[in-house]
Amino acid sequence: MNTVIAQLQRRFQDYIVSLYQQGFLDNQFSELRKLQDASSPDFVSEVVSLFFDDCAKLINNMSRSLERPENVDFKQVDSGVHQLKGSSSSVGAMRVKNVCISFKECCDVQNREGCLRCLQQVDYESKMLKTKLQDLFNVSFKALQNPTCSAARATNTPSWRYNSSGGYKLD
Amino acid sequence: MAVGEVMRMEVPAGGDLTVTSPELHVLAVDDSIVDRKVIERLLRISSCKVTTVESGARALQYLGLDGDKGVSNLKDLKVNLIVTDYSMPGLTGYDLLKKIKESSAFREIPVVIMSSENILPRIEQCLKEGAEDFLLKPVKLADVKRIKQLILSNEAEECKNLSHSNKRKLEEEDIDSSSSSSHDDSSVKDIPSSKRIKSESENRSSLL
Repeated sequence: MNTVIAQLQRRFQDYIVSLYQQGFLDNQFSELRKLQDASSPDFVSEVVSLFFDDCAKLINNMSRSLERPENVDFKQVDSGVHQLKGSSSSVGAMRVKNVCISFKECCDVQNREGCLRCLQQVDYESKMLKTKLQDLFNVSFKALQNPTCSAARATNTPSWRYNSSGGYKLD
Repeated sequence: MAVGEVMRMEVPAGGDLTVTSPELHVLAVDDSIVDRKVIERLLRISSCKVTTVESGARALQYLGLDGDKGVSNLKDLKVNLIVTDYSMPGLTGYDLLKKIKESSAFREIPVVIMSSENILPRIEQCLKEGAEDFLLKPVKLADVKRIKQLILSNEAEECKNLSHSNKRKLEEEDIDSSSSSSHDDSSVKDIPSSKRIKSESENRSSLL
């Protein structure tokens, strides 16, 4: 019984570490994990869900603003980028956030082509992250749902903290 | 500490003030739904009661500052702290800060500004306008814990001042203790400016 849990937890840890390693997530994600507990067991997946919904909405709006070359509303695009940068930063979606930095630069110089490229990138990165996190939540879900181990259900899986110098330590 | 209890002061006749259940009620203002969710959780996990609104206008509405003269229900929604994003459409966090500090009913409420941009003139402008602190986004648990400590220690100091003035009042006449917590009590002054200046320079050095 315990080895199954241990194995699943191990898989969870390894997977999440790889996401940090590949730059999908940064430290803010581990900050969010600190906020999850028995009283709020789905906090991380809830926030992340909100983020992806918000993402899709912003990408849609910006796409419309960029649609016609002769009539681009760069102010609108800039506002969208600002919001996207903010929310991606708040959930630790590092790659998405980094694209937003380049995106803003393109907006500042009113480079429509550049903006379109960034928009595409942001769309790609957010979808990629969504897939990765869905896998992650699947693993953790399995680990915590094992009926023979109530302890696993009650406690948080031990969390790894990724620090900016590239090392990991167990919280 | 009972959940949901706002700050309450018990005043036994002729005695000292005791502060029970220091659970802060925080009004959090942010136009981002993601950030609202995060700040709400950060505050709840720090044992604060939280109300979130999506704009400065909504915040003023909640406080009853939007033109309606209805400040009668002050006690029911006593807000101990306002945490607001800086960049919001319409009323910015700075505009909201100014409106709160201009209001006689609410200027005592500490206001903390959050921003994703580390712009020193902006920070200074907010502190000068009376913001208690300035948080850089993304906000972390440590930030919230620090703010809560700051607010609680300020309130404790205010209670001490109230306690002294209450003692004087009780000696002079029999007075209903609940009136001592009203915001128009002239013996409760603003946080001494030296303290504000001190905390400003502390904040500045922690940001640099």
